[in-house]
Amino acid sequence: MAKLNINGRTREVQAEAGTPLLWVIREQVGLTGTKYGCGVAQCGACSVHLNGEVVRSCSIPVSAIKPTDKIVTIEGLSRSSSHPVQQAWAAIDVPQCGYCQSGQIMAAAALLKKTPQPSDADIDAAMTNICRCGTYQRIRAAVHMAADMVKKA
Amino acid sequence: MKTLATNLSRRKFIVGSAAAGGGLALGIPFGIGEAAAQGAAGTEINAWVVVKPNDVCVVRIARSEMGQGTLTGLAQLVAEELECDWKKIATEHVNPGQNLAHKRVWGEMATGGSRGIRTSQDYVRRGGAAARIMLLQAAADQWGVPVGELVVSDGVIAHAASGRKTSYGKVAAAAAKLTPPDPKSIKLKDPKDWKIAGKPMKRLDTADKLNGGKVYAIDVKLPGMLLAAVKKCPVHGGKLSSYEEAKVSNMPGVKGVVKVHDDAVAVVADTWWRAKTALEALPVVWDEGPNASQSSATIAERLKEGLTADDAFADTNNGDALKVIAGAAKKIDAVYSTPFLSHATMEPMNCTALIKGDKVEVWTATQSAEGSLAAACEEAGVPLSNGEVHKLDLGGGFGRRGGTQDYTRQAVAIAKQFPARPVKLIWSREEDQGHDFYRPISQCKMSAGLDESGKLVGMHMRVSGQSINALLNPGAIKDGKDARQLQGLWKDPGDAQFGYSVPNLRIEYAMRNTHMQVGPWRGVNTNQNGVYLECFIEEVARAAGADSLEFRRSMMQGYPRHLAVLDAVAEKAGWGKPLPAGVHRGIAQFMGYGSYSAAVAEVSVSSEGKVKVHRMVLGINCGHVVNPDQVAAQVEGSVAYGLSAAFYGEMSVERGRMVELNFDKYRILRLAEMPKVETVLVPTYDFWGGVGEPTICVVSPAVMNAIYAATGKPVRSLPLKNVKLV
Repeated sequence: MAKLNINGRTREVQAEAGTPLLWVIREQVGLTGTKYGCGVAQCGACSVHLNGEVVRSCSIPVSAIKPTDKIVTIEGLSRSSSHPVQQAWAAIDVPQCGYCQSGQIMAAAALLKKTPQPSDADIDAAMTNICRCGTYQRIRAAVHMAADMVKKA
Repeated sequence: MKTLATNLSRRKFIVGSAAAGGGLALGIPFGIGEAAAQGAAGTEINAWVVVKPNDVCVVRIARSEMGQGTLTGLAQLVAEELECDWKKIATEHVNPGQNLAHKRVWGEMATGGSRGIRTSQDYVRRGGAAARIMLLQAAADQWGVPVGELVVSDGVIAHAASGRKTSYGKVAAAAAKLTPPDPKSIKLKDPKDWKIAGKPMKRLDTADKLNGGKVYAIDVKLPGMLLAAVKKCPVHGGKLSSYEEAKVSNMPGVKGVVKVHDDAVAVVADTWWRAKTALEALPVVWDEGPNASQSSATIAERLKEGLTADDAFADTNNGDALKVIAGAAKKIDAVYSTPFLSHATMEPMNCTALIKGDKVEVWTATQSAEGSLAAACEEAGVPLSNGEVHKLDLGGGFGRRGGTQDYTRQAVAIAKQFPARPVKLIWSREEDQGHDFYRPISQCKMSAGLDESGKLVGMHMRVSGQSINALLNPGAIKDGKDARQLQGLWKDPGDAQFGYSVPNLRIEYAMRNTHMQVGPWRGVNTNQNGVYLECFIEEVARAAGADSLEFRRSMMQGYPRHLAVLDAVAEKAGWGKPLPAGVHRGIAQFMGYGSYSAAVAEVSVSSEGKVKVHRMVLGINCGHVVNPDQVAAQVEGSVAYGLSAAFYGEMSVERGRMVELNFDKYRILRLAEMPKVETVLVPTYDFWGGVGEPTICVVSPAVMNAIYAATGKPVRSLPLKNVKLV
């Protein structure tokens, strides 16, 4: 039994200690917006926020999570897709198949929290998630747009 | 071979239902759940259009959506003729069981070959127009006025003379009762008058991709569902010998260990992670068979032998290329090679299956919904009418999720052993990489002869490599001749035509198959053939001392469409104009999927041989452009897909099995490596070409030619990670 704080709610889950956080989120908690892509922390489709930092949940065992840790998944990023990153993603029509985009959005949101006005180099360094449809050009544009939206707000 | 059986049954399936479906019984109301159709669900005007009381128009979509924007494009085409309010548009998928039950009224459902829009456009537009005609007639009947006096805009019908107005939602029920017009009698709009189609409308399927709400096949949840993890013999063609179930049956959550066909084993548990954990702990013995001796080296030898063997077939043989080259003033020779590649869709293969009595249902991501139905029913041993496929939008397709449906078959085979319980099978990334239908491996021997003036007088091109048709569609091979492997080099205009005039030209293919499964990989054979032709043309241009663009142009006067796209990218890229120090250009053009493509790459190569692609300009003439922003998105995506292959893509073979089983070894391009992409649309509005694939094939050769310009050395094999550039 483990206690997890996910999207502001405490959840009690039954999982072996070695179970990756990703699979606890997907299978025990039932939030499927966080995706499985590789299982080896390469692709970033499983990205969530752990105490405000973006992490790859496929490679964190649930036993490493304390009840006081705050986990935010794509479902908890905002109410009604109102986060600037989500708004920018919509304005630029970033997603193609969409499968990686939960992870991309979580990575972008974490970047903007730390670096509200990121340079292209900042974006290069922070946005390392794989997109097989190749939406990278629009992701870059949308991160800049989201940064501008925050600045003007 | 299972996949062949699927093809067979699928053919029967299509033939068996073609009597009514062949002519597309357009506009005939047939009523899917007629009671519901009159209620909140709306009124079905015809197969393509349902109108709700609040004027929302629901467009039915038969093709799959896997990221390419097909759904939005098809909806735009229907809406254009329907004259509805784009702000009130909605879409819904059609499932193949429904299509079968309604005599294939929605026609072809398969989505591949960049055909989703171009081969549907005529009948979906007629579907939208037929619905408009019926809705207008209903209003005219109600008011007792000639229909010619009515005008419609955004789904609002007006009669100017009497000042009356109504809307689609109000007349839908009456319209549905009218006799539909003969689709052939309908005059479609001139694309010049389009207001919705041809415009950069926002995609209709974005919202739930931003908040985690979208349900992919891997996310399907059903009551009582079990989860399965599978392992197939790592050596292709090998068999399952034995496994020790007792070693894992007491592990947490395990419900059973089952044999899957004769080559795989699956663990079924209450969660996928538990199934996978137990599968990894399960002792398995494989009968690897004779293929275990195969490796990249043995395969390369076989392909090399095909470069000079006598059994090739010449698809093009103009003049006497061999003789002319032998006697030419200057002779150029080169051998090129490209590797196996995996599709690596972000969503690994998966399928949920439920067998209940003599019925089978699957929930799956598929490019071939009817192929999935055929595979599921065949595997379950039930007639097609006892099956249904619930289509979920794909987390990437790229050709992997087409007619083979191996993952759907496996899921049904497992579910058969757990009757009345849904079982979701998910492949690990390693299983996905290890058991793909790979892009075929090939080599190409090129020879050319120049005359004294530097004119190309003879060229000989010999491709040696694996055939997709030999595995998946042997009926397409006539007298041992498989022209599909020469895609993009064909004589005939219209689809994938060779774009140069060479007086003596011989283009041949020698089939050299391997034990690996191959299949269509986004762009299929245009990618490899584009590299071979366009990189070699670059070598010939340099041997002739000519400018890369002008050398090509001089041979393209008989191919004005190819030439126009090449000219457009050259102009946009500023061909011939100075570049920053250390930056070099490369250019390429090719044709596939009915569309013409060209690219210019700007590249620098560091003193350590590290390549940076700074900018790429790509041009495409796809005839009609249904959504310019989405065409641009496909072009941008094609650069990422092409560059991943160019830099890193390689599936290599050791001891009969694939080596690169995850993204640590099979590297994919990241955002930091993505160049600035500029898309030049040069539509001529006189044909319908594809968009999802055709620009990939010019990406690698443009970059390789730019590297050649930078280093003075041609690049003749991919991926670049294996090539010492300086």
